[in-house]
Amino acid sequence: MKLVTAVIKPHKWEDVREALETFGVTGMTVSEVSGYGRQKGHTEVYRGAEYDIALVPKIRIEIVVDDGDAEDVVGIVVKTAQTGRIGDGKVWISPVETVVRVRTGDRDAAAL
Amino acid sequence: MSLLSEVPTVHALSVATSQLDSGDTAWLLAASALVLLMAPGLALFYGGLVRSKSVLNMMMMTFGALAAICILWVLVGYSLAFGDDVQSGLIGDPTQYAGLGNLMSADANGDSTVPLILFAVFQGLFCVITGALVSGAIADRARFGAWMVFVSVWTLVVYAPVAHWVFDFSSGDHTGGWLANRVGLVDFAGGTAVEICSGASALALALVIGPRIGFGKEPMRPHNLTLVMLGAGLLWFGWFGFNAGSALGANQTAAVVFTTTLLAGAAGSLGWLILERVRYGHATSLGAASGLVAGLVAITPSCGSLSPVGSIVMGFVAGVVCALAVGLKYRFGYDDSLDVVGVHLVGGLVGTFGIGLLATAAAPTGVDGLFYGGGVDQLGRQLLGGGVVLAYAFVLSGIIGFIIQKTMGFRIDEEHEVTGIDQILHAETAYDLHATSGARSETSGVLTQGGLGA
Repeated sequence: MKLVTAVIKPHKWEDVREALETFGVTGMTVSEVSGYGRQKGHTEVYRGAEYDIALVPKIRIEIVVDDGDAEDVVGIVVKTAQTGRIGDGKVWISPVETVVRVRTGDRDAAAL
Repeated sequence: MSLLSEVPTVHALSVATSQLDSGDTAWLLAASALVLLMAPGLALFYGGLVRSKSVLNMMMMTFGALAAICILWVLVGYSLAFGDDVQSGLIGDPTQYAGLGNLMSADANGDSTVPLILFAVFQGLFCVITGALVSGAIADRARFGAWMVFVSVWTLVVYAPVAHWVFDFSSGDHTGGWLANRVGLVDFAGGTAVEICSGASALALALVIGPRIGFGKEPMRPHNLTLVMLGAGLLWFGWFGFNAGSALGANQTAAVVFTTTLLAGAAGSLGWLILERVRYGHATSLGAASGLVAGLVAITPSCGSLSPVGSIVMGFVAGVVCALAVGLKYRFGYDDSLDVVGVHLVGGLVGTFGIGLLATAAAPTGVDGLFYGGGVDQLGRQLLGGGVVLAYAFVLSGIIGFIIQKTMGFRIDEEHEVTGIDQILHAETAYDLHATSGARSETSGVLTQGGLGA
């Protein structure tokens, strides 16, 4: 199994979710994160004092998939989350040793 | 047997000698409640300006001051401020009205059109606001018990004498304070006693306690500007009680003062917004809220002395000057956390000295400033009064703060300050927004803060 992790722009989340469900992904973990890459933050002013806000809000999606599906999922994310502007995010694949369904105790392929 | 012998004689006496006016009394009752509303208004205004880990402590300092001062004022503060003068116009007799017990009966009112006990309470609420204002300078780092001790001692040693000097007018065989009676200082609702006094006291405390950890380097953004705006709105609403209530009557003076108060707040907001837009590029909500407060601060002493147009000018100038003044703390390196100095001290000085320029005899206080042909006479009185209150409040507050620092300790530990004062002092967290309720973000909002720019 593989863990596919994607960090994307928040407003692309719905598009990505729909596309992944159409593909057949049955579940995922989503969190709100902050980060930066080439996309810099912004400046705010309070009573004349300037604050550089370096971090930008993003959405992180984590999905555990069969080895064979990992590249497909990456492709779907890249296609649907893309805007063409700096800050679109990144997707990566890491190996997963074991995954277990909590309700039944099923392992690996049966747990997905 | 005549029924007349059954009539309670006390009631008959009150009706015969009392000069109470129901309109004046009703208005002063309402005005007092409005001034009290300024306390939670201030708590919200200040609370929204600090980080989320310290909002409760900030609000507690106001609520704590409210509780302590109300009681102390009634026990002895009012008597110190408005009792018969016992020393050269410097202080009143602390025993004369101690506990206000002798003001319970209408017989005590003399020829006042409002009950004296109500006047005493009204004045006490001014002390509450002044004391609560000082807390803005010491956000995030002051021990609550030390604050309560400070504000209690300060009420008796700083505010009560200043109130005596500025507000206690002599009449009949009652001798009042020196600034009001011998100097002829014009201060309708407390530009010196409340605004300059709170600002100077705040500056002294900020210097004694020292800056917050990370001041000037770490960003310390307001955590909830909606609270700030709500608080500012409530302050403005309550300020009508503060200023127009000081007319002590439901009359023409109160109506004129209501008008000047309204205009100065509006003009102050515009002044700050315009200055911001020109200097920093954006008109901000914090600027709108701060500007209206600055305008109201400046009109507090001058509300009875200006024409409507004069109050627009006063408010606008205060908005601009205070918007510039809030940068002083970075220039000079003192951590007046919520700009009590920049808004209340500076605004109070603008208003107090501005009377010497903009006052018109057509207004209730009946004096002319420099621009209305009065020469520099009134200006000189204003400079003296403002300067003396500033110096006295600054020095005495510094001494009280210093003694508390050295004996019981004023400041919390460095590690506690970083963790968050609410959790450490009050064992509470203001917001429980985490999905798994009860959990608290360990990072304390670090990720959503930024770096302090140039």
